[in-house]
Amino acid sequence: MSGSTFKSQAPRRMGPVAAKVSGLLESKYLGWIALAAALLAPLLTASPYSLNVMTTAAIFVMLAAGLNIVVGYCGLLDLGYIAFMAVGAYTSGIVSRAFDLPLFFTIPAVLVMTILAGLIIGAPTLRLRSDYLAIVTLGFGEITRITANNLAVTGGPSGIYGIPKLLTFGDFSVHSPAVFYYVTILIVAFFVLASARLGKSRLGRAWRFVREDEDAAEAMGIHTYKVKLMAYIFGAVWGGFAGVLFASHLTAISPKTFIFLQSALVLMAVVLGGMGNMRGVVVGALVISLLPELLRDLSEYRYLAFGLLLVVAMVFRPKGLWPARPHEDERTGAEPQTAVDAAVSRGESR
Amino acid sequence: MSVVLGVNDLQIAFGGVKAVDGLTFDVHEKEIIAVIGPNGAGKTSAFNCITGFYKPTGGSVVMEGTDITGHRPADIAAVGVARTFQNLRLFNDLTVLDNVRAGMHLNRGQSWADAIFHTPRFKRSEAAYTAEAHYWLDFVNFEGPRGVPIANLSYGQQKQVEISRALARKSKLLLLDEPAAGLNYTEKQNLLELCRRIRDLGTSIVLIEHDMGLVMELSERIVVMNFGREIAEGTPAEVKANPAVIEAYLGKDEEVEIDDNA
Repeated sequence: MSGSTFKSQAPRRMGPVAAKVSGLLESKYLGWIALAAALLAPLLTASPYSLNVMTTAAIFVMLAAGLNIVVGYCGLLDLGYIAFMAVGAYTSGIVSRAFDLPLFFTIPAVLVMTILAGLIIGAPTLRLRSDYLAIVTLGFGEITRITANNLAVTGGPSGIYGIPKLLTFGDFSVHSPAVFYYVTILIVAFFVLASARLGKSRLGRAWRFVREDEDAAEAMGIHTYKVKLMAYIFGAVWGGFAGVLFASHLTAISPKTFIFLQSALVLMAVVLGGMGNMRGVVVGALVISLLPELLRDLSEYRYLAFGLLLVVAMVFRPKGLWPARPHEDERTGAEPQTAVDAAVSRGESR
Repeated sequence: MSVVLGVNDLQIAFGGVKAVDGLTFDVHEKEIIAVIGPNGAGKTSAFNCITGFYKPTGGSVVMEGTDITGHRPADIAAVGVARTFQNLRLFNDLTVLDNVRAGMHLNRGQSWADAIFHTPRFKRSEAAYTAEAHYWLDFVNFEGPRGVPIANLSYGQQKQVEISRALARKSKLLLLDEPAAGLNYTEKQNLLELCRRIRDLGTSIVLIEHDMGLVMELSERIVVMNFGREIAEGTPAEVKANPAVIEAYLGKDEEVEIDDNA
């Protein structure tokens, strides 16, 4: 029973460059470096086109961060995720136009509506497993879009336009694309960080337990249905806030935006990046949203090339570009005291 | 000695097959009980009924005065029943420590808002999780690496982790489904000693086991099952001498004679 026979745990040999790269990728400051890069990017190129592309990519990263909670952490295949973005976008658009408010003040309404949407879609479907869940979420995604297409309050097929700015202070408003880009980056960075941190908490572990083995999780006293519902609600809120940014960015939304293809693209970002690894998912989302723009020179062949590149990526990296590699430090000291603590709390729980 | 678990006339049928048919036994505080019987006798089905994975078709299960018959597994775990599985059911992609932390889920609360903002309270909570996970791994004398995915570990080590995960639940009752299966002699001796230390913590143990040497040495009482029915119950010595038990395991005398003649 000794632990000396595990070759797979021996550090892999790598050259000095590879070691440095690997060290940087595992660094806990990587997130801050990425944020700095995002904030500095407009210094390189700040044309309206590039700002538009970068803002859209940032919003897409936020969507992927939300779906990663549902699919990556909790292992629930959701094929209608874009519905939550639609709920957020429509709620903020309708409320802000009705009360002539900047979008920022619609956040409480968006929060309430997305949580409700998460509950309404999640409560009946999460009793199902795997394939059945996927089919039902697909259905709900379409129901949401078709409902928006047919209601008067959502503007029918033409949608809502003239959506107010995110924030207005007297004369100042977030209307310049550059300012909006920075605001978006900060909001997205917060949600990405929050999603990564949730993944390393008690709740995030419970999600992974459910993903790995539902029965074993139940046997440990984890109420799997509630835990799955929590994942759904968090995913819904993330998607909803991405929807607010989206509505503000485009100032107009219509049902055509929230088609199944969008759900599929977000899912692809999560799978391509590496399910459950927040860093990988950010990379995946950037690839999915930026690659078609980079392939623009191929004109009508660009989606063909895009598809081919995705297939190649999945063939060579089936677990994603940057899969989760669970690893922890072995020991961090302070054992004797905590051992006593554990023994004491043991007695108390009786 | 107060009764921890009371199983009364437990029954479960799958179609026409009565996998468990009228099983009755009590588990007292700090007691080690073994459930034995030939393959297919209904031992694991009984465990699954007690822990809520199967809904019993009859009878009752009472844990410390609370009727838990047919409750959800998570609720039964919350009342104080922890278990291991016949074939390991670990969270393969997660680290050893994370696997043990699963057992602590109910004992140690934590707010998700604290997690998002990394408050000092969150950091204290995580430190306590880690320390306690190490504590339970130490308790089972786990010597393997702790920060790596559990799928990388040997079978014996995985079995140790599964027990420490169940121990981390700090429950009053522990159900072990074939804990000695696949273990070598030394590992079995360690298991024997471990079970006694678990009992000394104040936890009652019910184990399903085929290793008779281990069962006879460890258990205070033995419940023998065959074809879903309880055919004997008593101390190891009583069970060993019971003709019904010998028949269940070895067959009747006449059959043996026929075999000899053939």
